[in-house]
Amino acid sequence: MARMAGRRTLFAGPVLLVVTFGVFAVAALSPFDPVKAYAGTAGLTASQAGLDQLRVNLGVDQPLLSRWWEWLTSALTGDLGTSAVMRQPVSDVIAQRLGWSALLALCAFAVAVLLGTGLGVLAARRQGGRLDRAVSGLAYTLEAAPAFWLGLLAIWFFSVRLGALPSGGLTDAGSDVVTAGQVARHLVLPALVLGISQLPWFFLYVRQGVADALEEDPVRGARARGLGERRVLLGHGLRSGMLPMLTLIGSRVPELITGALLVETVFSWPGIAAATVEAATSVDFPLLAALTVLATAAVLAGNLLSDLLYGLADPRVGFDG
Amino acid sequence: MKARTVRGMAGATAAAVIVAGAAACSTPGGGAAAGAGAADSVVVGIATEPESLSPLLGYGKDGNSKIFDGLLAHDAGMKLKPALAEALPEVSADGLTYTYPLRRGVKFSDGRPFGAKDVVFTYRTILDAKTNNASKSELDAIADVTARGEDAVVFTLKYPYAPFAERTVLPIAPEHIAGGQDVNSGEFTTRPVGTGPYVLTAWSKGEKLSFKANPSYWGGEPAVKKFTMAVIKDDDVRATRLRSGELDGAVLPPNLAKGFKADKALKRYAAKTYDYRQVTLPTEHPVTGDTAVRRALDIAVDRGALVDKLLEGAGKAAYGPVPTGSPWFAAGTERPYDLAQAQKILDDAGWIPGADGIRVKNGVRAAFPLWYPSGDKLRQDHALAFASDAKKAGIQVTTESGSWEVIEPRMKTDAVLAGGGSPADPDFDQYLTLNSALAGDGFNNMARYDNPAVDQALLDGRRSADPAVRKAAYDTVQRELVKNPGYVYLTHIDHLYVVGDRWDGPSTQTEPHDHGLGTGPWWNVESWKPKQK
Repeated sequence: MARMAGRRTLFAGPVLLVVTFGVFAVAALSPFDPVKAYAGTAGLTASQAGLDQLRVNLGVDQPLLSRWWEWLTSALTGDLGTSAVMRQPVSDVIAQRLGWSALLALCAFAVAVLLGTGLGVLAARRQGGRLDRAVSGLAYTLEAAPAFWLGLLAIWFFSVRLGALPSGGLTDAGSDVVTAGQVARHLVLPALVLGISQLPWFFLYVRQGVADALEEDPVRGARARGLGERRVLLGHGLRSGMLPMLTLIGSRVPELITGALLVETVFSWPGIAAATVEAATSVDFPLLAALTVLATAAVLAGNLLSDLLYGLADPRVGFDG
Repeated sequence: MKARTVRGMAGATAAAVIVAGAAACSTPGGGAAAGAGAADSVVVGIATEPESLSPLLGYGKDGNSKIFDGLLAHDAGMKLKPALAEALPEVSADGLTYTYPLRRGVKFSDGRPFGAKDVVFTYRTILDAKTNNASKSELDAIADVTARGEDAVVFTLKYPYAPFAERTVLPIAPEHIAGGQDVNSGEFTTRPVGTGPYVLTAWSKGEKLSFKANPSYWGGEPAVKKFTMAVIKDDDVRATRLRSGELDGAVLPPNLAKGFKADKALKRYAAKTYDYRQVTLPTEHPVTGDTAVRRALDIAVDRGALVDKLLEGAGKAAYGPVPTGSPWFAAGTERPYDLAQAQKILDDAGWIPGADGIRVKNGVRAAFPLWYPSGDKLRQDHALAFASDAKKAGIQVTTESGSWEVIEPRMKTDAVLAGGGSPADPDFDQYLTLNSALAGDGFNNMARYDNPAVDQALLDGRRSADPAVRKAAYDTVQRELVKNPGYVYLTHIDHLYVVGDRWDGPSTQTEPHDHGLGTGPWWNVESWKPKQK
């Protein structure tokens, strides 16, 4: 297990290196112009000489390879460079935003996994029953519903109609101290929306997995031996039914990141997702590269995690050699 | 045993969620009451967040930054009044030297005194080639800026520039703080310190900017003690949060602002603007370069319908860069919608309708593409309406959308649905969009308009200090645009705001094209007072 984790970590180095170069190459090929993005509306009245000077100052007149090499060497010494679009060091941008995104994503993930698993087991127990039909129908609808739309719906219902929960921001708009209580209150809606938008995948996998497991011989045998339904469901059905879902956990990480983008926008959540898109459309090389490294690392870690969980849940599966 | 580990982990996660849930429930009522609703606090929703709060990088260059003051400021009628300067500048007879006496006893919010060196530092830093300020060409006229003693600054100009004083609303940064940092990325860009009525207490990027009243503000401590700008990009979300009572005011598009009509607790404001939408008519295109086609298009477009249908009445027909209500407007240059006259002009010029109704002259079809920036609904609507009006006159306009990166290389020959406008002085916008010397320079003079009479008038307008000469010059520009339009100006659009009716003081200034942080009914929030019941 430790050997697998170690080897995967070693393997992550070259992957990340290739990914950062890919980011620089793709960004250099993109039709977006970093100078225009930096200047914004001021660029519409700036002289050509002014724009040319800006191009030199931002260093975007340099060839691709030297820009990448410069970024890479200073990144290795801990200096991630300066974000052009945020006008501040990349490390500050990430430090200010990453925590909030991670908090949101973790809570949403917990909602999706726990609720998805729970409902999946209940639905599998009585396939075709009322609960199963209701939840499955809902899951298919949710699968098609954009997180953005879910967010607006949640704001409309919980904030405008009921007035029960705040509709956006990290804390109340009028307050500028960040307290745990305020953050918790403001976290509820975005985390629920993001979690629920991810829920169908977990629910559908668990439902199918557990239902299949309940049809298998060991379960029939267990039932025949007179074991309690609870024991059969959780001990046998869930355990093998969980396996496909554990793989799913890792592969949902990228989805969670893209979903977070929409949710963060709707709820004015000051996370990293919105910064990622801004970095991409502004061809903000240093910020984009740093964020891509983070996202790649998250995906690699997600895959490692699901493989580890898989191995733990099913002793027949080894830790790849 | 391994399974137990999994179960243990799941249990721990569940416990964490329950704890978080309990924490969420244990703070009842801490919400709305603390934010909107308190007598001395104001929360407004804005659509765009500034990249930086450093005046050195362009923040607040048009005045009205809450954190800083300029040498001068605009009053409600957009007239210049002294701010950090004690009086309006003294201008030398040749128009080349501007001397500003400085207000004494002003302190930055960190307690250090403001002085002439801060003014010199601010302007010199902006003009420095290493400073990434995209608006620095606005200060092109400056040859040098120097301190004269402790309490006066002198600007010397390269050429006489009548509207120069309008540029000095630019906020002044403290040298003792900003001087020691990297101007492009230092801490000052996000943690500014100024002399203004408000002090930034927190900036949660992507969420909000929080300000508190500056108790030692030289203009008196504001009555609104807390001021918050919540950053809400999506129009619908902003309207929803306004409705839920979390915001005291917000900027809204016309269709959403309409929904608040019946709400007695909220007041709607329509700010008059210089913000125009126009169609560029590239001089180098064989169709749009023909003066007859230009004149025909100029009167074939039904501006009244644009205002009524597209803007729902929130705007005005535009006949040139200057809105009809402005003192700079050249009376008599209004052109009524006249399709018959447009057709006659085209007939007389030899543009004869072909079999498909589209006119042809010497084998050239009267057709051209019109680009608009993708995602901009208002410009898209304008472009489609323009194309349909042009069709009636026998000219085929094909609308296409793309990002500015796609549009820019085509600007030389393809038409663009563009926008612009600056209320402070007619020179600011017209010199850049109509001067033949700036044809194709960046985004300036996109249509490559070339009219010697206009060039001369633009020079007269910026060099003479005599108001009568200036007025005559800009009248000439507007009249020339009737004879030979390089652009079809369509509308001047109002900017709409909805604000809670709890204060005395909200009003609107004439606003520019750019939606800066300084625009909106809260441009003067420092002088608002709670309404007496």
